[in-house]
Amino acid sequence: MAKYTDKNSYTIIFSVIMVVVVGSLLAGVAQGLKSKITLNERFEKMQNILYAMGINDNEGDGDINFISTDRVEEVFAKNIKKQLVIQGDEVTENPEAYLIDIKKEETMAKDPNYQRRLPLFVGEKDGETLYIIPMRGKGLWDAIWGFVAVDKSLVVRGVFFDHAGETPGLGAEIKQRYFMDDFKGENIMDGDAFKGITVAKGNNDPVNENKTDNKVDAIAGATITGDGVTAMIKKDVRMYLPYLKSLNQ
Amino acid sequence: MGLLSKKDSKLILDPLADNNPITIQVLGICSALAITAQLKASIVMAISVIFVLGIGNVVISLMRNIIPSKIRIIVQLVVVAALVIIVDQVLKAFAYELSKELSVFIGLIITNCIIMGRFEAFALGNGPWRSFLDGIGNAAGYGIILIIVGFFRELLGSGTLLGFKVLGDPISKTGLYAIGYENNGFMLLSPMALIVIGIIIWVQRSRNKALIEE
Repeated sequence: MAKYTDKNSYTIIFSVIMVVVVGSLLAGVAQGLKSKITLNERFEKMQNILYAMGINDNEGDGDINFISTDRVEEVFAKNIKKQLVIQGDEVTENPEAYLIDIKKEETMAKDPNYQRRLPLFVGEKDGETLYIIPMRGKGLWDAIWGFVAVDKSLVVRGVFFDHAGETPGLGAEIKQRYFMDDFKGENIMDGDAFKGITVAKGNNDPVNENKTDNKVDAIAGATITGDGVTAMIKKDVRMYLPYLKSLNQ
Repeated sequence: MGLLSKKDSKLILDPLADNNPITIQVLGICSALAITAQLKASIVMAISVIFVLGIGNVVISLMRNIIPSKIRIIVQLVVVAALVIIVDQVLKAFAYELSKELSVFIGLIITNCIIMGRFEAFALGNGPWRSFLDGIGNAAGYGIILIIVGFFRELLGSGTLLGFKVLGDPISKTGLYAIGYENNGFMLLSPMALIVIGIIIWVQRSRNKALIEE
């Protein structure tokens, strides 16, 4: 004699009820925690922007230490003087420019009628004005993104990189300090021409003493992630050049 | 034990040592290798698994008489997946940086063989209270190994414990570093986790000869 739990009708009813119950439970949890999670993501963006311009809690040569989340809003408000949105020739101030989704803008820009919004953060550190440019590109497995802070003469003052799923120990190292610190002082221009910064293998400059060669030393075993960083800088920083150049005139 | 009968306390204590899911049953190795580079991540993973397996075992046990046998495994998967998503969301809300660090591994709790193994082998055939004890016991047995491995990997690999520089500062050469000690970067890579687990298994079996297979 078959048990009632073996019947097909029972199985179907059971699965329907299970899906409804579990579905609504998870929806409830997600809804309840959503505000807290969004807040955390905002703090993270602020921390990353501040990190790129060299404002952090790093001690000595140790690990990366962001400004802690309980202070980050205050520090961000103090050090980021202006948040700009560049749209074609138009430059507007927008205090929530840091929330602009670069990925979305990139997709929408494929429509020729859409004028892409480019967020730019104007920060001040030790009395000097820095321009922080957000970037987004492709690594080996998934997206990579980051921020690069340049001064008026277009010399890099700091960068921040992060990734969604690069290989631990290889590509994932782009978010390590030794890699990011190499970018400090590099030029993104070669004379008048835009060159970006190339993550290069065998450039005979492993300790990165030459700051005018537009090159930093690559991570061994992370060629494609490194190339992704190079491409990301070329592609995204270029879009800001007209505005940044206009500042010097 | 006053609180638990002898049979019940065996459910908790057995998996801690003589029937440990990692060292004896060799389950859940993948996550034990992946996340043990730091002690903190190990502890969080241990707590998460205790939560998921404890609750999951109870849920499955309560439903054991009404689960249609044809879709038994799917039901088990749904229960783990739901619990894991809850853990993931809670971590994102209250321990964001940690959740970034653990990222994909929290999701991988779903595939942790210990969990499905206990559902199938124990919770489907036992009452909720005993299943709860079994779940906690097995998850704790898993957690202990994680924490031991995490302890040695962080200590020898980075010279820190929970982020504190217990061996001195490698940059300014204080503490042990002053006499020429160096961190072993190799400890941070997964293969060394396997070696540490191997050493634990060796120590355990040489202390308890009954565990050695013919």
